[in-house]
Amino acid sequence: MKSATIQLEALTCPSCIQKIEGGIKGLEGVDQDAVKVLFNSSKVKVDFDADQVSIDEIEESINKLGYDVIKSKVK
Amino acid sequence: MQRHILKNKNKITLINGILIIVGFFSKWTMDNMDIFTGSLIIASILGVAPIAIQAYQSLKVKVVSIDVLVTIAVVGALIIQNYEESAIVTFLFLFGAYLEQRTLNKTRSAIKELTEMAPEKALKQMDNEEFMVVDVDEVDEGDILLVKTGAKIPVDGTVLKGEGSINEASITGESIPVRKEEGSNTYAGTILDNGTIQIVADRVGEDTTFGKIIELVEEAVDSKSEAERFIDRFSKYYTPAVLVIAIVVWLFSREIELAITILVLGCPGALVIGVPVSNVAGVGNGARNGVLLKGSEVISDFSRLDTMVFDKTGTLTVGNPSVAEKEYYGDNTGEALKYLASVERESDHPLAKAVLEEIGETTFPTVEKTEVIKGGGIVASVDGHRIAVGNVTLMEREKVEVNEKAQADLVRFEKNGDSLVLTSVDGKLKVLMGVRDQMRPGVKKDLRKLKELGVKNLVMLSGDNQVTVDVVSRELGLTEARGNMLPEDKSAYIKKLIEEEGQIVAFIGDGVNDSPSLALAHVGIAMGSGTDVAIETSDVVLMNSDFSRLPHALGLTKATARNMKQNIFVAVGVVVLLLTSLIFSEWMSMSIGMLVHEVSILVVILNGMRLLRYNVG
Repeated sequence: MKSATIQLEALTCPSCIQKIEGGIKGLEGVDQDAVKVLFNSSKVKVDFDADQVSIDEIEESINKLGYDVIKSKVK
Repeated sequence: MQRHILKNKNKITLINGILIIVGFFSKWTMDNMDIFTGSLIIASILGVAPIAIQAYQSLKVKVVSIDVLVTIAVVGALIIQNYEESAIVTFLFLFGAYLEQRTLNKTRSAIKELTEMAPEKALKQMDNEEFMVVDVDEVDEGDILLVKTGAKIPVDGTVLKGEGSINEASITGESIPVRKEEGSNTYAGTILDNGTIQIVADRVGEDTTFGKIIELVEEAVDSKSEAERFIDRFSKYYTPAVLVIAIVVWLFSREIELAITILVLGCPGALVIGVPVSNVAGVGNGARNGVLLKGSEVISDFSRLDTMVFDKTGTLTVGNPSVAEKEYYGDNTGEALKYLASVERESDHPLAKAVLEEIGETTFPTVEKTEVIKGGGIVASVDGHRIAVGNVTLMEREKVEVNEKAQADLVRFEKNGDSLVLTSVDGKLKVLMGVRDQMRPGVKKDLRKLKELGVKNLVMLSGDNQVTVDVVSRELGLTEARGNMLPEDKSAYIKKLIEEEGQIVAFIGDGVNDSPSLALAHVGIAMGSGTDVAIETSDVVLMNSDFSRLPHALGLTKATARNMKQNIFVAVGVVVLLLTSLIFSEWMSMSIGMLVHEVSILVVILNGMRLLRYNVG
């Protein structure tokens, strides 16, 4: 299990959170309970299994929803 | 294509607005209905495009967002050929979102200032002994870094070479530079005012004190109270419910106009954003003023505080006691002092330090045996003599005779607010010392402010004798003061307040001894100057253990809690107002509804922004 902190462009609508949360939870290999979208700091915290899904795929799914990823850190 | 449209949302909004102006202009001045209709249709289609894309994206992840409601409403308006409504609604929605973003960024500015203080680059020593600029993420523990004048310290470390003075305001809130030399500790995020130093990295990134502070604040601004979680759950079902209601209304009344108006009026706008906005502005104000609030639950508890319980030593007092007065009895005082010094040298009690400082340089006869008497002091044997060092209880237990003169001295010392240290040698009283701890400067004024802000009870708990405690209590104007309290007595007392009297309690004490009390109280505030401990154990962190920040902290949480309530009131009030006027009035329409919504959103954001300027005064 790896955990990533993804910095997004400033989030402005609270419904963005539901969208991003829904989008990431839909990915295989992401820990469903550990997805956290921080509205005010515009960050996503997520735990994922690197064998099933890569950080690039996670970023891509956020991108597809229309939000820019500024940078991400994987530990 | 989709991304392109979303990227240019602001341009679309602008063109959309211009088209609407052109449309109305040609209608009023030239009476040209073709241009009017044409430009409004283009404006509607252009304007609904980014909204529809967002709606589609959210439906894909099974979320009925506001975009979905607005898209359906606009499409509906187009179908019934109400182009005026469709164009204006899209404009208001897009322009509102733009203003929201701008103002929201303002409310977050205080937090941003803090996170931007995080170091980004470091000069790291490479294998060839040269220093290279690297990203701070590439620094590991044990790396050697060079810091030049004016640069940020990139990590928590130890000075290896060189000296300089560092401005540690970002960690301690204290802006007077601190001198650092070989072996001194440095903190990430602080600034080297002058000098050049080499440091070895001890902790990097999120493990540094500064990293922890940032993480704490970021968690805090997004933490949710029970009320917010309720709103979240509520809005999850609220928007789909509005959609269902609109469909039902349409099916029964066959009036598309009414149905789509309901869609727009039902948007939950201000409700979902009102509380987070107050929260981020409140926490942001705190961070700027040396008060870190750990989230909205803490804000809520702190703002409703009934009782504040203080530890005495190190909290209300400076925590650096010294001997204020002393008396000697009988002869061989010199010997007695040596015995006393030997015994105290082995103790880590704060009073022992004061006693040793008072005695100064001396020789230390070997201590053969010591026994700590809980709540009394120490009994030891030194050079074959039985030495007892401690309070009056210990002297009674040791059957030490206290003559009339000594009795009078005891009473006098206690009245002065001293903690008493008595020393007996072989059952004879030899030395009496009165140790006094200075009040923190300004503490009296701070306590008065807390009272003015509505805290009902100010209570002091202390391990000192009751007479001393009473003296301090009277001087500070506390409502209650209890002496002879062990750490477990303190936590029992707090438990009683919470469970039996149903009070909301804050405890302010040092982070080490009093951790049970800190954990028990609704709001725990640790004063320890070891910032790490204070950050871990506190609900509210006072930077640099600055007691004078407490009134600001309390006033701010009260203002924030009030602000949240105002925002909820505005949001709920607007929805109620819109729905009732839809039923009872003629003038309500889709675009007026959208206008009121957007205005209400801006009102709650601007209201939240006021918190950034809050000052307890």
